[in-house]
Amino acid sequence: MSLNVETKPTVGLPDPEPLRLIDDEGRAVRSSARQGFELPPVATLKELYRRMAIARRWDTQVTALTRQGRLATYPSALGQEACEIGTVLAMTEQDWLFPTYRDSIALMTRGIDPGELLQGFRGDWHSGWDPKKHRTSVQATPLATQALHAVGYATAAKLNGERIATVTFIGDGASSEGDTHEAFNFAGVWQAPTVFVVQNNQFAISVPLSKQTRARTLADRAIGYGIPGYYVDGNDAAAVYAVMSRAMERARRGDGPTIVECLTYRVEAHTNSDDPTRYRTADDVAIWKGKDPIERLERYLVSQDALSDADRDEITAEGERKAAATREAMSAEPVLDPMDLFAHVYVNERPSLVEQREFLKAEGNR
Amino acid sequence: MTTTEAKPITMAAALNAALRDAIAEDPTVVVYGEDVGPLGGVFRVTDGLQAEFGENRVWDSPLAESGIVGTAVGMAMYGMRPVVEMQFDAFSYPAFEQIVSHVAKMHNRTKGRVALPMVIRIPASGGIGGVEHHSDSSEAYWTHTPGLTVVMPSNPADAYSLMREAIRSDDPVIFMEPKSRYWSKQEVALPVTTEPIGTAKVVREGTDVTLIAYGPTVATALETAEMAEAEELSIEVIDLRSLSPFDDATVGASVRKTSRAAVIHEAAQFGGFGAEVAARVTEREFYHLAAPILRITGFDIPYPSPKLEEYYLPTPERILNALATWEWELP
Ligand SMILES: Cc1ncc(C[n+]2csc(CCOP(=O)(O)OP(=O)(O)O)c2C)c(N)n1
Repeated sequence: MSLNVETKPTVGLPDPEPLRLIDDEGRAVRSSARQGFELPPVATLKELYRRMAIARRWDTQVTALTRQGRLATYPSALGQEACEIGTVLAMTEQDWLFPTYRDSIALMTRGIDPGELLQGFRGDWHSGWDPKKHRTSVQATPLATQALHAVGYATAAKLNGERIATVTFIGDGASSEGDTHEAFNFAGVWQAPTVFVVQNNQFAISVPLSKQTRARTLADRAIGYGIPGYYVDGNDAAAVYAVMSRAMERARRGDGPTIVECLTYRVEAHTNSDDPTRYRTADDVAIWKGKDPIERLERYLVSQDALSDADRDEITAEGERKAAATREAMSAEPVLDPMDLFAHVYVNERPSLVEQREFLKAEGNR
Repeated sequence: MTTTEAKPITMAAALNAALRDAIAEDPTVVVYGEDVGPLGGVFRVTDGLQAEFGENRVWDSPLAESGIVGTAVGMAMYGMRPVVEMQFDAFSYPAFEQIVSHVAKMHNRTKGRVALPMVIRIPASGGIGGVEHHSDSSEAYWTHTPGLTVVMPSNPADAYSLMREAIRSDDPVIFMEPKSRYWSKQEVALPVTTEPIGTAKVVREGTDVTLIAYGPTVATALETAEMAEAEELSIEVIDLRSLSPFDDATVGASVRKTSRAAVIHEAAQFGGFGAEVAARVTEREFYHLAAPILRITGFDIPYPSPKLEEYYLPTPERILNALATWEWELP
């Protein structure tokens, strides 16, 4: 495997109409408008629906717990389930995810225990799970920085001859950061097996997309890096999954990175401490609530007679189970050891930190 | 492994040998940055490495420092040991966020589950007649950041040994290379192992005053000690080598002996590394001190243009003068 690739990039601008395979009304889009993608099999669509519904229930529960003061903060992904779950289901267990604070439902869906997952937002420790076990990095707060980690990891895997891909989520606001540009460019030059999912939820806290870019779409940028770019309806799980599957396949095959912009909407406030009434109207939110990704897929599945009462019961039960487990995990007061503050700063023990640890210990004993 | 008879080699050559030996010994070591490939780096520290080990071990990356360090974070997470180069001190600043927010914090954030064994090489400090932005001393930014290890050799033997240790370390290391010492020679047989990271070294014994120096100012301090002999002033010189962790024991022992100390560095004084040295030595050794600890450093100005840098850099004359006019007797 070499970083020294001679291939001439042949990429064009993405279609300015977001790719969708199932429309707002839950009907399959005609083949000629599918931009060469196929509707995933019904079993896959059912699994997408199931995971999104469970994620919605869980996200709602975590927001409620945050309102009750059980968590310090929680950035909800309500309304963005198609992007998050469509992406995660297109990944294999070997692929790595490099997420942001926004992407907790993706991490939950990847199998991270909610108690570990929410340690950061509860304020116990910055990051609670073992990234290597779940092949999921820490949630990045400094915007776009994680995109470079994804490219580095992917490049190392490629140099080592391992056929995996990495995925990173980037917000529309974060797409203005220099690290986004550097990550796209490094990935292009090194042909890194990384798929960038730009979750365009149209807001960076209060700032709308129109203040971030003059570009037609964020996916338009891809051509400048010699990378294929897709502009996808981010509330259509079928489309996100189809595009992501192809992009991941391509990356694992050794054909390089892809940029996938998913157009969606942040239905909740930025976090619990945000006041969205200052920058957007209830009408806007209502319009987007009407384009709900879960309802859309549900309509399609119902039209195909693919969602039985038993299916619904199982999904509801699983959602409730996850919610209850999370309530329980968040109600137990964590036992924190202040001595841990010094334990992980370095691998190699530092005399000065041993001194400071003893100082804190003595203070506690007074 | 580079094995040579004792012969004079430059610091650049010692660093080159250290990188070569590390790449040869450990298949996870990779080296990349700006111009480190066919050119061998603007200071030739990576000279010949790409030709010897190929483009998958040593390569030219796109020109973006945040990208270089950020991708190295990902590579280290994978299990590689990247050694990346920032071309000049001031050009490490685009990578500041990656270094401070991720390189320094990953192991702590993950409760020790993810270590980042990586080395960030930074050609540092001035004295080479570089035009603006080529002569900064950025050490205080890094030493102020918990999670980083910061070293700065002053001679070829230490350069080799500290580099080998830095690459083997499971903690990320900021490796500062004093540009003005790149071409200084020392008789060394390779491979060489000197004192480990975290250890300072008394490089000249004396009884009247301790000069605490690192990187480029070690030579200045030694020259000062030489000149002071004529005035019957006995100067002890400490080469810190490792700025973080800091060797309180060696510095403390020396100060207890001499009762007087001055820190010499090129960086500006205010909020500089010398302030930390002065403060911690005072806290620990106040009883043994006969005078306040002096800082003989660059002025609190942006690094000057080449024709004025001689007025900025601490010289033996300036140090001797400072020692001579230093009031430490009680009135
Ligand atoms: C480098 C950096 N600058 C500023 C912030 C503060 N901040 C946190 S989230 C945010 C908005 C990000 O918006 P976007 O990237 O669109 O993601 P979203 O929150 O909508 O998912 C800002 C400005 C930050 N975390 N990092």
